Amino acid sequence: MKAGIVTFPGINRERDMAIALEAVCGKKPRMIWHTETDLSGLDLVVLPGGFSYGDYLRCGAMAAQSPVMGAVRQHAARGGYVLGVCNGFQILVEAGMLPGALLRNATLRFISADCHLRVERTDTVFARHYQRGQVFRAPMAHGDGNYFADPATLDRLEGENLVAFRYATQSGEITEAANRNGSARNIAGIYSENLRVLGLMPHPEDLVDPLMGGTDGKPLFEGLAVALPACS
Amino acid sequence: MEREVNQSLARDFGLSADEYAKVLDILGRTPSLTELGVFSVMWSEHCSYKSSRVWLRQLPTKAPWVVHGPGENAGVVDIGHGLVAVFKMESHNHPSFIEPYQGAATGVGGILRDVFTMGARPIANLNALRFGNPALPVTRRIVDGVVRGIGGYGNCVGVPTVGGEVNFHPAYDGNPLVNAMTVGVAPRERIFLSAAAGVGNPVVYVGSKTGRDGIHGATMASAEFGSDAEEKRPTVQVGDPFTEKLLIEACLELMATDAIVAIQDMGAAGLTSSSVEMAGKGGVGIELDLDRVPQRETGMTAYEMMLSESQERMLMVLRPDREETARAIFAKWELDFAVIGHLTDSGRIVVRHRGQVEADIPLAPLAEQAPLYHRPTAETPKQPILNAARIEDRYGLGRALERLVACPDLCSRAWIWDQYDALVGGQTIRRPGTADAAVVKVEGAPIALALTTDCTPRYCAADPEEGGKQAVAEAWRNLCAVGARPLALTDNLNFGNPEKPEVMGQFAASIRGMAAACEALSFPVVSGNVSLYNETNGRPILPTPAIGGLGVLEDASRSVGIALRPWLDLVLVGATRGWLGQSLWLREIAGREEGAPPPVDLQAERAAGEFVRAQIEAGAVRACHDVSDGGLLVAIAEMAMAGGVGARLFTGPRDVPQHAFWFGEDQGRYVLAVGDAPELIRAAERSGVPAMRIGTSGGRDLTLPDGGTLPIARLREAHERFFNEWIGA
Repeated sequence: MKAGIVTFPGINRERDMAIALEAVCGKKPRMIWHTETDLSGLDLVVLPGGFSYGDYLRCGAMAAQSPVMGAVRQHAARGGYVLGVCNGFQILVEAGMLPGALLRNATLRFISADCHLRVERTDTVFARHYQRGQVFRAPMAHGDGNYFADPATLDRLEGENLVAFRYATQSGEITEAANRNGSARNIAGIYSENLRVLGLMPHPEDLVDPLMGGTDGKPLFEGLAVALPACS
Repeated sequence: MEREVNQSLARDFGLSADEYAKVLDILGRTPSLTELGVFSVMWSEHCSYKSSRVWLRQLPTKAPWVVHGPGENAGVVDIGHGLVAVFKMESHNHPSFIEPYQGAATGVGGILRDVFTMGARPIANLNALRFGNPALPVTRRIVDGVVRGIGGYGNCVGVPTVGGEVNFHPAYDGNPLVNAMTVGVAPRERIFLSAAAGVGNPVVYVGSKTGRDGIHGATMASAEFGSDAEEKRPTVQVGDPFTEKLLIEACLELMATDAIVAIQDMGAAGLTSSSVEMAGKGGVGIELDLDRVPQRETGMTAYEMMLSESQERMLMVLRPDREETARAIFAKWELDFAVIGHLTDSGRIVVRHRGQVEADIPLAPLAEQAPLYHRPTAETPKQPILNAARIEDRYGLGRALERLVACPDLCSRAWIWDQYDALVGGQTIRRPGTADAAVVKVEGAPIALALTTDCTPRYCAADPEEGGKQAVAEAWRNLCAVGARPLALTDNLNFGNPEKPEVMGQFAASIRGMAAACEALSFPVVSGNVSLYNETNGRPILPTPAIGGLGVLEDASRSVGIALRPWLDLVLVGATRGWLGQSLWLREIAGREEGAPPPVDLQAERAAGEFVRAQIEAGAVRACHDVSDGGLLVAIAEMAMAGGVGARLFTGPRDVPQHAFWFGEDQGRYVLAVGDAPELIRAAERSGVPAMRIGTSGGRDLTLPDGGTLPIARLREAHERFFNEWIGA
């Protein structure tokens, strides 16, 4: 798998993501500055977490206008894979590559805590190493992760089975208490229609090493490494 | 209109009559407004340490592993593998009272700059916070603002906030303390210092533009507050963490080249202190052309630019042939980059603006003739040692425990740390609340750093010398408790008005105690900050010498946390006399704040800490927690709550009253959860360290020696109640 990580000014989890990708691929991903426009040769483009442009405007709104985003769109149109985590998810939504919006957390506070995610489908390159209905732990760290879309869009996402992960209890129940940021229908991550673009708020890349308290996030990256060609 | 410069204006600027006379003497004429501004901030308490310097000299600052002690932007210690840790703690108390969010946020920003200025990538932030009486609505507003400010800045800039401490006491009602600590890591051979060199070399300004914010902030921080504190809001700076993040990346990118001769952040007293200190340390002169300073506002005067404390700015001296390399890096990060002057051989700072010389001051006397005061001190009267047997326990162990774990000083801090990103960077091994010290992996080496902040102000108030000793010992103990070898500390000395002998006496005694502990524990001070005049309307805070400790684990995978696991023995290490004076049990349960605080036996402290560390390194310890606020039973309850596992406790020794055994705050103690208690106790005997088996773990309840039983779930609920009910979700 040839992976690249896009760095916008203010992004701060690009190093975490690079560590996770290197752990499964054995080689360093390409780091892409936001002014670059050539993404040829990459299987996977990652938009990592952080505070692009300080989140001073709506989260992700500025980065979505960066030169690199045209190339990310083309990459996706060519059938390339895109993973957006946290601020990366917000950028994908602002760029119109995924539907909906990410509003201020219902608590009106930044939330930095582990959550549990239920895997809603496993026939994708991102989730193939999880079991359907499996629950895994992932740290969240965001102020604006409250997923919102109009009811028709939510119905369509669910009807087309495009919900990737939902906030759940440790035993997999979808409850309000498990949904700390207040997301519509407990949605933590969604796919594009072709299942090649995934956006999610929590950070599987921060849980890939037993030393850091667990490896719950590792199957996501292992699944990608195995599924995508030319992985070495 | 500019005001006429005379003694009255000098007084408004915080200079005494003697100090102003010295200015006239140095210059041989009346200073310009800009010059008066420069003298007043450089000679402010905040920048000159004029009341504290004579005492600070007593602190041990050397050890074989210390690379740079106090005097640089931050302390530097060798952590092996060709790497150094760079760290410092600094206060932002006054601004945080006036404007909690921005005050706390810019406190984080400022301490970050002190660390990456030296070439280190910041890998962790911590903080030590003291707030007033929780019953006051203003306290809630300040807590909320400070926590949001620390999170807002730290989360955005992408440095994990991994630890800290919080206390409440009415003495902080009008004067909260916000002490922020940053730790960074750098290659040992790539440390950047601030001494300028090379006559003719360009002086370069990078980062944010200069505005009128924070003018005279250092002077504001050197005076006590009256009821007009709110009117001082314009002296508080506004933070821009996004620019700080860019500045970190741009500086580290530039530091990978050989372009930088010297670098310093523009912190307190902004352009004034950075230019004066860089040139002064290098023994050169400096000329600045203020017309070239990037400005956010129009019509700024030389005085305003020299004294502005706009944030996220750095001053550098570059090699002239590398100017373009540097310019290109800052252009990439879209930050301002301006050559605003050059070094000279004049030994003077000369400031020009619109064709006029606005300041021309000889640097040597500015530094050497800075005021230095031996202020009078008055000893704090000793308090009596309380006899635990004479203090009746009307509460019983269970009820007292339930109440203690719920009190503001002991309750769960999850509400706070849930607002701080503790994981960004992907190196956090032990998160807040899971261990006595945060543990952060060092990238590219098998080691980890252990980090903690500690101080027990009520002990310091009762006996500043013992309190100073205890603060250092507790930081050292917390590092040992995770298995780390303590290396060095940074201090943040928060006190009241030094012109009052009783306050200066607290300061002097605290330093004495700290110095004794640093010496006995081989735990030197490598950086620090003094914050005086922490008073509002004449009421000083409790003396608060906050300690930020740093230790190293040679094997990052060997750290232990506090979470109890089932089917283990609980062993108490260290001696227990049942010391109730100044304990939280005495305050919260018996309603008394009195008595001498627990003394620290530094020899016993060292022996116990080294024993515990050796046992952790040998893999014999499954969980470890030091015994501090609240005493032994609270420590065990915290271990039980963290692990979700109960324990059955044995009856304590007959020669100590039960409530004093379980709630006394005797120092130098740890609770260890181990698989083989007899073996551990034999090892302790061989090391001359007291150790006794006090219980076993398992189940879902805490079974007390008086027969009472407390479900862990109920304890947790009590533990988490305070913040949730006080400020709400």
